Amino acid sequence: MAANVSTTDEQKDAIATTQLQTEVTNKPRNGADVLIQALHDQKVDIVFGYPGGAVLHVYDALYRNPIRHILTRHEQGAIHAAEGYARVLNKPGVVIATSGPGATNLVTGIADAMIDSIPLVVFTGQVATNVIGSDAFQEADIMGITTPITKHNYQVQDVNDIPRIVKEAFHIANTGRKGPVLIDFPKNISASVFDEALAESSREEELYLPGYQPNTKPNFLQIQKAIQAIGEAKQPLILADAGVLFADARQELSEFAEKYKLPVINTLLGLGSIHGQHELNFGMAGMHGAGVANDAIQKADLLINIGARFDDRLTGDTKLFAPNATIIHIDIDPAEIGKNIPTAIPIVADAKEALTALLKKDFEGPDTTDWLAYLYEKQHDTPYWYVEDEKEILPQQIIEMVHTITNGDAVVTTDVGQHQMWAAQYYKLNHDHQWVTSGGLGTMGFGFPAAIGAQFAKPDKKVITFCGDAGFQMTLQELALLNEFNLPVKVVIVNNGALGMVRQWQELFYDGRYSQSLMPVQPDFVKLAEAYGVKGYRINTLDEAHTILEEALNSDEPVVIDARVKQLENVYPMVPAGKSLDDIVGVKKF
Amino acid sequence: MKRVITVTVLNQSGVLNRVTGLLMKRQFNIESITVGHTEQANVSKMTFVVHVADETKLEQLVKQLSKQIDVLKVNDITEKSIVLRELALIKVVSPANLRHEMNSIVEPFRPQIIDTSKNVVTYQVVGQPDKIDAFIELIRPYGIKELTRTGVTASVRESQPIETPQLSILK
Repeated sequence: MAANVSTTDEQKDAIATTQLQTEVTNKPRNGADVLIQALHDQKVDIVFGYPGGAVLHVYDALYRNPIRHILTRHEQGAIHAAEGYARVLNKPGVVIATSGPGATNLVTGIADAMIDSIPLVVFTGQVATNVIGSDAFQEADIMGITTPITKHNYQVQDVNDIPRIVKEAFHIANTGRKGPVLIDFPKNISASVFDEALAESSREEELYLPGYQPNTKPNFLQIQKAIQAIGEAKQPLILADAGVLFADARQELSEFAEKYKLPVINTLLGLGSIHGQHELNFGMAGMHGAGVANDAIQKADLLINIGARFDDRLTGDTKLFAPNATIIHIDIDPAEIGKNIPTAIPIVADAKEALTALLKKDFEGPDTTDWLAYLYEKQHDTPYWYVEDEKEILPQQIIEMVHTITNGDAVVTTDVGQHQMWAAQYYKLNHDHQWVTSGGLGTMGFGFPAAIGAQFAKPDKKVITFCGDAGFQMTLQELALLNEFNLPVKVVIVNNGALGMVRQWQELFYDGRYSQSLMPVQPDFVKLAEAYGVKGYRINTLDEAHTILEEALNSDEPVVIDARVKQLENVYPMVPAGKSLDDIVGVKKF
Repeated sequence: MKRVITVTVLNQSGVLNRVTGLLMKRQFNIESITVGHTEQANVSKMTFVVHVADETKLEQLVKQLSKQIDVLKVNDITEKSIVLRELALIKVVSPANLRHEMNSIVEPFRPQIIDTSKNVVTYQVVGQPDKIDAFIELIRPYGIKELTRTGVTASVRESQPIETPQLSILK
């Protein structure tokens, strides 16, 4: 007995592992085991999820053959975390949820990933195939619900299809125009015994997707045409969006811009595709973009769109958008070309491939000296601005300070609204894949869980999330994760006690009738953080702001910073919705 | 403008829902839709008649449909030389004293009588949609009891008029 008592933990583990292995080898594998093995085969190192009845077999298989699983406190937290993870690593994030409510809680995140082209592979449990369609307990038609908001979705009908489906799902999610793929997994299939003989033969099988062959190589003739147009242009302009980031083409973009001295502007989601302080970078365009960037679009005679989808928040009134410009549009998704803006030179290709093809041709570029001189002057005349307040802190000041303290190197996630726009304006990014924001869907509650995913993806990076006080309250339950995993995420709550952007629109377009946009009663965010075992700070005055931010942001631990800012501050410049970019207001100080 | 679009799809469960759902999401109006197997196993073909506002919308429709993973091919065959066919089953009140008259006036449409009873006769008419429209108008005064149409299916003719560059300039 004495020997037993002195058994070390390591030995115990070894015994347990051996037992487990014997158990595993003796037992035929079921669908759930095969699913987990398929994730291992895809080199998935982390899964965000939440268990439930329909995925019990899956979680049991996960127990036998572990992949790091992060148990969030709500399925929405799991999927936004997976999005954050996917965005900074540029590879698919993986999510597991149960059937019914588990699956429907993912819907917002799936739609968000779809519109922002974020690669995800989402597994949902489903009731057993013999009761599908009978309104069984926790049954929801997630296939029907997610068909319009996924790149593709599958319901597994045969246990032996699992390896093929998982392989296809990862391929579809992460190639072409990226996006979410959902796999619905009925409970009885996860319990069915897998035919190992078939598995061997199917393992080597090539993917067979005759209806899915994204074109990545640019057409030679179109590249010729583009070169000619660039050579002839007097006021060319590059509009770089997320397509550059997904293609990892930042290097090529900078080279191309520098080689021919072409000015570059970004969309909200394209930030980071060129250094935030690059001399050819004229900032973000669109509704709250820089005066110079929007002016450049309206004055350009050639607009080279690389991986942007001409979203209405960028273009304003499409009929009055870039009125003088010939449009070159490089996009991996042919359906985006000509969708919103008529395009003269379409190039269906991966951004990296297209830029490489352009770089390979040495051609005589345009003389952009005068054009750049004009833009530099405009840039000098129309910087982002605010009027300092004697009593209150301005939200812009908080973001500027965070930028200074972190030197532009932090991974930044944002929620949605005013603070998001200020972060885009004032946090100048040094790198690509350090900017995580919900652009297309505008999902409040996105920023904080996305930061958690980003921190798991980049454990050594400083990860900061700017949240509004309202958006933070939509997913704040994930604070538990900061404590549980000692994740050093820095939550900066830009607290104006209002739904800032809604309030701003009500001020500007509804004569200041603040209908349901003020939130006078809020939790004490410091105490709330402490309740979750996270250090909380409050910033009340400008004097203390810098000291507190410095201490909090340089800490190795998770922190929540409640920065009390001026409520009535507005985001400028602003192009009113549906108006032309020429109708921009607030370019200069009022 | 009215367009005839054929979509070749992998015969997976849910594929009809994907295609019609996409048309709904992008606000296209479907006038008719037919689906059936093709000569290839596991491949089905859908024929749509849709209304689109302009060329840009049409291009979007074709591109968005092509993007679907289960869609193999999308063709707008409106401008091609094609065979369009639709089938209608029309149940008409037909008392014995009128039956002879009815049969003789519908004769040019070459309908088949596929069912009769004491007072009712059921015609089957096959042809272009406008032929069926004309048939219905002709028979309507006798009292239509029930009417069902399949929607249009189409096939591109083997020999197409040769389009030379000169001709397309003349267009």
